[in-house]
Amino acid sequence: MTVDISLEINGTPVTGAVEPRLLLADFIRDEVGLTGTHLGCEHGVCGACTIQLDGAAIRSCLMFAAQADGHSINTVEGMAPSSEELHPLQQAFHEFHALQCGFCTPGILMTMAAFLRNEPDPTADQVRTALSGNLCRCTGYQNIVTAVIEAAKRMREDAASPRPSPIGGGHDGS
Amino acid sequence: MKPAAFDYSVPATIDEALELLAEQPDEAKLLAGGQSLVPLMNFRLARPERLIDLNGVPGLDHVEKRNGHVVIGAMTRHTTIERSSLLASEWPLLTQAITWVGHEQIRNRGTIGGSVAHADPAAELPVALAALDARFHLRSRSTDRYLGWSDFFVTGFTTALETDEMVVDVEVPALPPGAGTGFVEFARRHGDFALGGAAAVLVVDATGTCREARLSLLAATPAPVRATQAERLLVGSTLDSAAMSAAVDAAVDGVEPTGDIHGSTKYRVKLLRTMAHRALSMAATRGRNDT
Repeated sequence: MTVDISLEINGTPVTGAVEPRLLLADFIRDEVGLTGTHLGCEHGVCGACTIQLDGAAIRSCLMFAAQADGHSINTVEGMAPSSEELHPLQQAFHEFHALQCGFCTPGILMTMAAFLRNEPDPTADQVRTALSGNLCRCTGYQNIVTAVIEAAKRMREDAASPRPSPIGGGHDGS
Repeated sequence: MKPAAFDYSVPATIDEALELLAEQPDEAKLLAGGQSLVPLMNFRLARPERLIDLNGVPGLDHVEKRNGHVVIGAMTRHTTIERSSLLASEWPLLTQAITWVGHEQIRNRGTIGGSVAHADPAAELPVALAALDARFHLRSRSTDRYLGWSDFFVTGFTTALETDEMVVDVEVPALPPGAGTGFVEFARRHGDFALGGAAAVLVVDATGTCREARLSLLAATPAPVRATQAERLLVGSTLDSAAMSAAVDAAVDGVEPTGDIHGSTKYRVKLLRTMAHRALSMAATRGRNDT
């Protein structure tokens, strides 16, 4: 059997006819072609497949594509406001060397973007707790924490200034 | 790995879900938050022929006070529990326990009904609900009943749910006035399955005497149990260090958690002792402050 689904990914309407067992992560990668969402463990431990479902960070390997019908999804591809400008989190990750191989990075960015909406001025401890669901095997996390704190600071400054928000069309609910 | 093929149903009501379950009680599985079932399916340790997805069923996602109890719908997500001001002020043990459940990404999907029906010995909610004397509202197409936590949890990953039954909601009675609560656990990384933990409820009167004590241990026994001997030792004491030591000794007496690569049985018993002591101390402090 297949299930007809209709959803929104990064603000764009998407439809599909999916087998019930198709994981949302595989739908995003293989059917829609957005391969920025990575798959590591496929059992909810590593966090590489983290996306946002209606603005909340979730594991896309622990949800079926059929369940996403009618929902709004954001992936790492939707973060940057344009091809010239990165999201403040992406920019800070770049500047502070918060990635090496980059495999875990999309999941971490998705987790942290949702986290900073609820905690725009987090402590390092809060960032570490929020990061606990995302495994990185290269950086040692220190630079990730530094980058997130810096991005949060820039995002607060941007929010306070009249400059248009760089967060990108409000797709991630900001 | 990828799950084996299955049929998929999206019922619009509880009755429709129960009807579908009654048609295939042994082959169908209810899909709640999917944070335990889907990993099992990805590993093909579970291969249900049909999934009945409860995520579109209205009337299962609520935290409501009724006649002094709080009634929590089975599809209430952990995040909702975490953010509930009602629970934080009147059932703080649930608020304390929930932050230990998995990670933010897991709590955004996972549900209380799924957690209790899965009955993992290392799960926080069953242990907290044991300390809170919760009961569960179970329904099938033809039955409607309530079971107390001690009858509901049978052993690890096993409950008294019949194959055609579902948990509709969880009912938690009011805590006694002035009760203090405490929940702690230890895992190597925050959000991992706990190696040990404890939930405590203490009522301390104006003279500093303990009037009521409840203690349950996490990852200690296959199904949650209350440390009744420890509870008896605490009631009537002033929760001084001698009474607390005697209580935690009694709490781990006869407890033999299975040892593995993460910790031997001996280590886990020692850990449980420490966790019980910390949960009780936390509850005692809060209870005294409220008196």
